[in-house]
Order: sequence, then C-alpha cells, then structure tokens
Amino acid sequence: MTTTLHSRARTEARPEARPETRAETRGDTGNTGDGARTRLTARRRDLRTPIVTLVLTITALALAWWGLNSGTSQMTTADTLDALLGRADEGTARVILDWRLPRVVFTLLGGAALAMAGAVFQSMTRNPLGSPDVIGFSTGAYTGALVVAVAGTAGALATPLGAVAGGLGTGAAVYLLARRRGLNGGGLSGMRIIVVGIGVSILLGSVNTYLITTMDLEAAMSVATWGAGSVNDITWTHVVPLTLALAVLGPVMLAHAREMTLMEMGDDAAHGLGVRLERVRLVMFAAGILLVAVVTAAAGPIAFVALVAPQLALRLTRSGSVGLLPAAAMGAALLTGADLLARWEAVPADLPVGVVTLCLGGAYLVWLLTTMGRRTA
Amino acid sequence: MSSMSTMDDARRTPTASRLRTESLHAGYEGRPVLADLSIEIPDGSFTVILGPNACGKSTLLRSLVRLIRPTDGSVLLDGASVASIPTKQLARTVGLLPQSSQAPEGITVADLVSRGRHPHQSLLRRWSTDDEDAVARALADTGMTDLASRSVDELSGGQRQRAWIAMALAQQTPLLLLDEPTTFLDIAHQLEVLQLCTRLRRSGRTLVAVLHDLNQALRYATHIVAMRDGEILAQGTPEEVGTAELVERVYGVAARIIDDPETGRPLVIPKAPDPGT
Repeated sequence: MTTTLHSRARTEARPEARPETRAETRGDTGNTGDGARTRLTARRRDLRTPIVTLVLTITALALAWWGLNSGTSQMTTADTLDALLGRADEGTARVILDWRLPRVVFTLLGGAALAMAGAVFQSMTRNPLGSPDVIGFSTGAYTGALVVAVAGTAGALATPLGAVAGGLGTGAAVYLLARRRGLNGGGLSGMRIIVVGIGVSILLGSVNTYLITTMDLEAAMSVATWGAGSVNDITWTHVVPLTLALAVLGPVMLAHAREMTLMEMGDDAAHGLGVRLERVRLVMFAAGILLVAVVTAAAGPIAFVALVAPQLALRLTRSGSVGLLPAAAMGAALLTGADLLARWEAVPADLPVGVVTLCLGGAYLVWLLTTMGRRTA
Repeated sequence: MSSMSTMDDARRTPTASRLRTESLHAGYEGRPVLADLSIEIPDGSFTVILGPNACGKSTLLRSLVRLIRPTDGSVLLDGASVASIPTKQLARTVGLLPQSSQAPEGITVADLVSRGRHPHQSLLRRWSTDDEDAVARALADTGMTDLASRSVDELSGGQRQRAWIAMALAQQTPLLLLDEPTTFLDIAHQLEVLQLCTRLRRSGRTLVAVLHDLNQALRYATHIVAMRDGEILAQGTPEEVGTAELVERVYGVAARIIDDPETGRPLVIPKAPDPGT
C-alpha cells in the first residue's frame, strides 16, 4: 500500500526506476503457454484471498465460541451447546442466549461492518489513513447522540437515530466540502477528504466536549460511557438493526467492489474502463457511513477497527487492493477478540471494548505513521 | 437501422469520422479553456493534437471521452452525443490511456491487462475465453507476452507504459485516445510507443494522442490538430500542417522546415538566435 500513501504525482505513476522495487516475484508459474500462464497467475491470486478469508472467519467464530463459554459464570462447551439447542435450564439459557449471544453476534457483525466501511474509505481515498474514524464520522455520530441527550429526548430509539443522523450529516458535510469544483465537473481527491475530515473531526470533538459540560453529572457519565465504545449493554434490539443493515448494504457494496478496485488506479483510468465514478462513490460512501452509524448508534464509537482490519487483511492476502470480504472477516475476528480481552478477568471489570481497540489501534497507527515517514523520506 | 446508417453515411464528409466535436466549449467556471472547437477525427487515422503547454490539448482529449463535460456544444460518437452514451458502452468504443495512473502494488502485467476487459463484463457475465483471447492478443501486440507474469512494479518505464497500453488494447475499442503517452520516457521508449501506435493504426484502429514533440508528431501522425489558446489553428496532414509559418503561429518559435532525410516528411529545425558554442 505504500504507493497509495503518496499523492498521485505523475512522477510516481511512471518512474524510470523505483528505489523500493519488490524483490518478490510472482512469475514462477512455470514455462507453460502464454494463455495458460495468464490463467495460472489469476488463479493463484484468486485462491489466496478466499483461503485467508476462510481462516479469518473460522478464527472469528472460534473466538466467538470462546466468548460464549467464558465469563463470570464459566460454561462448558456442553452447557453452551445445550443452551443453543434449547435444551438447557433457564439460568444457563438466560446467560447464553440473552446476555452473551447478542453481544458475541454484535461483535462479529459490528466488526465486519466497521471493517467493510474502513475498506471502502481507504480504497476511495487511496490512503490507509482514510478510515471513517479518522475522518470524523464516528465523532459526528457521537455528536448526534449527544445532541439528542442534551435535548432531553435520549432513549432506546432517539439515541441511535441521533447517532445515525450525526454520522450521515458529517459524511455529507465532508463529502461536499472536499469536492473540487473544476474542469472535471467535480471530483474528489483522497487527501482532501482526509484533511477536511480531520478538520471536521476536531471541530466536532470540541462540540462534543462542550455538550458534555452542559449536562448534569449523571447524564454526562452515561454518555461518556457510551462514548468510550462499549458492547457491555448490547441486547438483541441492537443486533437486529445491524443485521438488517448488513444484509441490505453488504450485497450492494459487494456488487460495486470491482468498480471500486478499478478506481484505485485513478479516476481517469477507471472512467476509461467504463466505471461510473460518481455513482460508485456515492453508493460506497453512503453504505460505509450507514454501517458505521448503525454500529456507533448501538455501541458508541469503537475506534480503529475500521482503520486496522482492512490493512491487516490486505497484508495477509497480499493483493494489491483492499478486499471487502477479507476485511470483514478480519474485523469480526478483531472486535470479537478485543471484547474477549476487555472481559478478561485480569483487567478491571467492565472495561469498554472501545478502550481495547483504541490501545491496539493506537499502537498500529504509530507504527503506520513511522513506517510511512520512513518510506517517503 | 440500415436506413439510419445510410443516411449517416451520406451526411459524412469524404473521410468518415465516427468521433467529432461540434462547436465544443469547455472549461472551468468563468474561465473557458476550449472555445468553439469543431474537429473531426478521421477513421483509421493516427491523429496527434499539438500545441504549447496549457493550450487545451488535454482538455480536448478528455472531453472526447466525457471526462470533462462541455459547457456548450457537443462531442459526437457515431452521431450521438457522448453525454447520452452509458459509461460502459462508451468504454467499449473509445479506450483511454490517461496521463497518469497507478498500478496496485504487486499486480502482475497479466492481471493489469485483464482489467481492460471490465467494460465487456457484468455481474452475470464474468471471465470468458473471449476475455482470455483479448488479453493474450493485447500482450502480444505490445510485446509484453514474456513479461505477463512479472509484477508491474518491477518493469522499466517503457515496459510499464506498454503494459498500460496493453490494458487499453484489451478493451478492444475501435478508437483509442492517448494522453501524452511518451512523456517521462527516454527517446528509445518514446519511439517504441510511437511505432506501436503506427502498428495499431495499420491494424485498423483509430488513434488520437496528445504529443509534445513536434517532429515526432510530424513523423508518425497521419492527421494533425494544431491548437493554441483553446482554438484550432490548423488541421490536416503533416505536410499541410508542418510549415514554418504555422510553427511560428502555434509555438511562437521561428523555425526552418527541411525534408526529414529518413521519411521525407517535414522536419522542424528551430532557428537559434544565440546558439551555444
């Protein structure tokens, strides 16, 4: 992904010699005919991605299973299985089905949703920093929830709606502010989105702080807990909207994934190949923001999953571009794993999962920025 | 359909042109770049757009593929405004080699070229033997077959440009537009690209390129459009356009024209008021 860190300068596009030429060759497929070699190359690449996706999915499910079993009342595999099959006693069933299962399903789906949104924004901005939490959508969703709380209408329905409205509003604002007017009839540059997004994010961050100071202590405590990003209070009522959003938006995003990948080569090249730039951009932006907003509405802003998961998946699949499905599987595994860490007995009780992802993600971000600096220097 | 096409044929000028502009205006808000341009791209030609920096060459080329929407006038492909043609359908008729593109890191030449098949694919219709053949042919036409499994990152500048051209060729469009295809290449690679253009023209395609090198344009083009300040100063064959008077008008450079000893076409020798000794 290093190339995408740089601006699309023309010298970057066709340098005579690149200092960082990759030693690794993929051309060791043998001396078959040309057509066969083409097919072989494609098939090799095509196999790696599904395998990585499968392994990550299995990992996520294994972590989820572990999450179902562990907690203050430790369950055996047999107990959990009984509960899932409806054969357990009432107490066990309540712990597994009402408390742990919605939480685990939420971390699986929510992690996948955040990662898909992150993959979309990183691809559209052609920059590993272009994730929804860096460019202010989570902050905006928080603002929406706070406004609802200050207005005194906070509730099971109003808070999520406020968060979704805040996220979408921030997304629309960043999209419009970053739009270039010009010869292209309006285009979007990745760097502009990121810079504008960071600006908007800082602005909204201070708005959020101000809103919290206007609240009474109890309300402030409550929104601050939400603001840390926590899945402690997740119930089935949170899981249902997320499932619906993923069921609708997931296929829409996958249907546009190919065109999105082509856009990573530049707007001109993608247009030349028949990609409807504005349509793909709008669909992907809207879908990504909606997914982030739905997760944020339920659990608060969970930091860094969207930023980290697509990049880790990219490195594992070794493909040139961020894939939606591997990213989703990675996100599911990451968030489920982070929640397990948060619930670990060794850490203080009720640690919000957002704090865990923040720590992991922060370390990743520092690493990313230092390596970026080294590559460009 | 048939009566339509005969009508079209009758209306056409002696040299048929599938692609043309009609009093095309384009530019930024409040700053027009192209003013009232009417050009025809002769079918089967290698048309080169020439002119000084910032004269609107690229704007014109980009308008031809609808990367820029005209503020007035229109670009017509087979008599229909390109604005009304669906993007994917347009991409099956007109290919584009942009000025700058970015290959995904680690992508192989074959995979890059395969992306040229996108306009021929859909959600239901994925990879076919037609696609496979088109990719193999594009690789062969650009002399990239042996490099097919190499990573694009490892290629030299000239090879990389050929890989991008191969991607555009795999689109199998009758028209191909190239925006400064020789910029940033050394002379050997420049000639390689221009010779490839000539081969492609001979195989029946129509090519339009923006070039900076006047003498290369005169040598390789079959049709030249000379621009200055967003206007067309001349269009015609290299012999018609390659005059001292026109070079002076287009570039503001005093020059002498001699016969190219290699090709017999015009060769521009700039006059040197203060030559280096």
